[in-house]
Amino acid sequence: MAQLQDKPSIPQHHGATAEPIVELKKVNKSFGDKQVLFDIDLTVRSGEVVVILGPSGSGKSTLCRTINRLEAINSGEIRVGGQLLPEEGKALAQLRAEVGMVFQSFNLFAHKSALENVTLGPIKVRGMSKTQAEEKGMALLRRVGVEDQAHKLPAQLSGGQQQRVAIARALAMDPKVLLFDEPTSALDPEMVNEVLDVMNDLVKAGMTMIVVTHEMGFARHAADRVVFMSDGHIVEENDPDSFFDHPRTERAKDFLSKLLTH
Amino acid sequence: MNDLLDLMRQFHILEAFWMTIKISLLGMLGALVLGTVVAVMRVSPIGVFQLFAKAYVSLCVNLPLTLVVFFAFFAMFLLLGIHLAPPGSRNSTEAFLWGVVAIAVYHSGFVAEAIRSGINTVPLGQAEAARAIGLTFGQTLTSVVLPQALRGAISPLGTTANSLVKNTTVLATIGVAEASYQMANMIEFRSDALYAIFFIMAAGFVILTLPLNVFFTRLSTKLAVTR
Repeated sequence: MAQLQDKPSIPQHHGATAEPIVELKKVNKSFGDKQVLFDIDLTVRSGEVVVILGPSGSGKSTLCRTINRLEAINSGEIRVGGQLLPEEGKALAQLRAEVGMVFQSFNLFAHKSALENVTLGPIKVRGMSKTQAEEKGMALLRRVGVEDQAHKLPAQLSGGQQQRVAIARALAMDPKVLLFDEPTSALDPEMVNEVLDVMNDLVKAGMTMIVVTHEMGFARHAADRVVFMSDGHIVEENDPDSFFDHPRTERAKDFLSKLLTH
Repeated sequence: MNDLLDLMRQFHILEAFWMTIKISLLGMLGALVLGTVVAVMRVSPIGVFQLFAKAYVSLCVNLPLTLVVFFAFFAMFLLLGIHLAPPGSRNSTEAFLWGVVAIAVYHSGFVAEAIRSGINTVPLGQAEAARAIGLTFGQTLTSVVLPQALRGAISPLGTTANSLVKNTTVLATIGVAEASYQMANMIEFRSDALYAIFFIMAAGFVILTLPLNVFFTRLSTKLAVTR
């Protein structure tokens, strides 16, 4: 519980008056005949950390991926920074630059060094000079603790190091919001903490984050809000203490009881 | 041995192989550029491009090269009168240029398939990560997908380059004075030295293709993407 005290309170961000960064309204998504998201409504405000929990196949990863349109939705609307997600093309690319994403399998560019991974976006999308981008890139790699690996290829790094580089790559775009799609699920247990530490630092820095994860500890102490999904529906939405201590729905109780017994 | 020296003296063998090399290099360059464009169309999100690329590749892969060469020279040049060389050039220059075009177009289909198979070796997550940082479709291709795809495509590209060198012999049919054209000449005038003629031709092509194979094998091991 010590972490709870560590977290700075930023009231202007957490109140209902803070500017909404991500808004989903009545979002439906199907893969062929199988509907995976049903009428999803979700608003994430500036500075908020929202953790999405749920069993496998509940649609939480898909939900995360619709926010930067890696998955196109069938109906409903998604706004980022008040702007409706464009369909395709340059406008969509520009909006994606504002939404950082960290993947389960890291997805670092395999032919580029750690530093090149971080500088590619700033150079190509923001038009930054190479020296400027490298300066910024090194600062970010230092921030996530892998500056001494800057010139190695992803294959030469451990999973935890790769994921930290991936976080630096996302941060390099100065995103309005960071999406984490199960960032620690592909990691060896001893590397989970080094990635969670970086994420905790981001929370303290007031970054707006949407995190799909199975790390209940992180959800409990870092989240402002927990969203529980099941079978493509948002079943419960609450502050973490209330959610973990007094889940309201049978579905959430069942999910939590299974976690505790294992 | 005497036969060999005689033949070298009597016929322009080195010039003929130089012609083969010129056709091969220009053909490879053209095939690589065309093939890359077609492969990109094949994986683009635009339906019309995909369809065109599919049709183009099927045509290249399924038509005999001789047909493509004849079409280029007889239909495009002689019938339709489309000139590639400056006015006043000899027909042999036109035959050379149209021959290069035919060779490039024909092999670009194979190059496109090689690059597409290379693109398929690049995990989807690479393109997703590129799109997620705001790269456009074109930037995603040129900065992330194609550099990795080309590395994956090097072996099949090497095979295509090898075939291309040997396939230049088809241009003898439209009178381009490359190696096999000279071979036909030699057989006609020196049928007494058949063994020597075949030896020269075989050695010449091995000298051209063997280093090519070694080069591509080296390249593929050196550039292999480690994951």
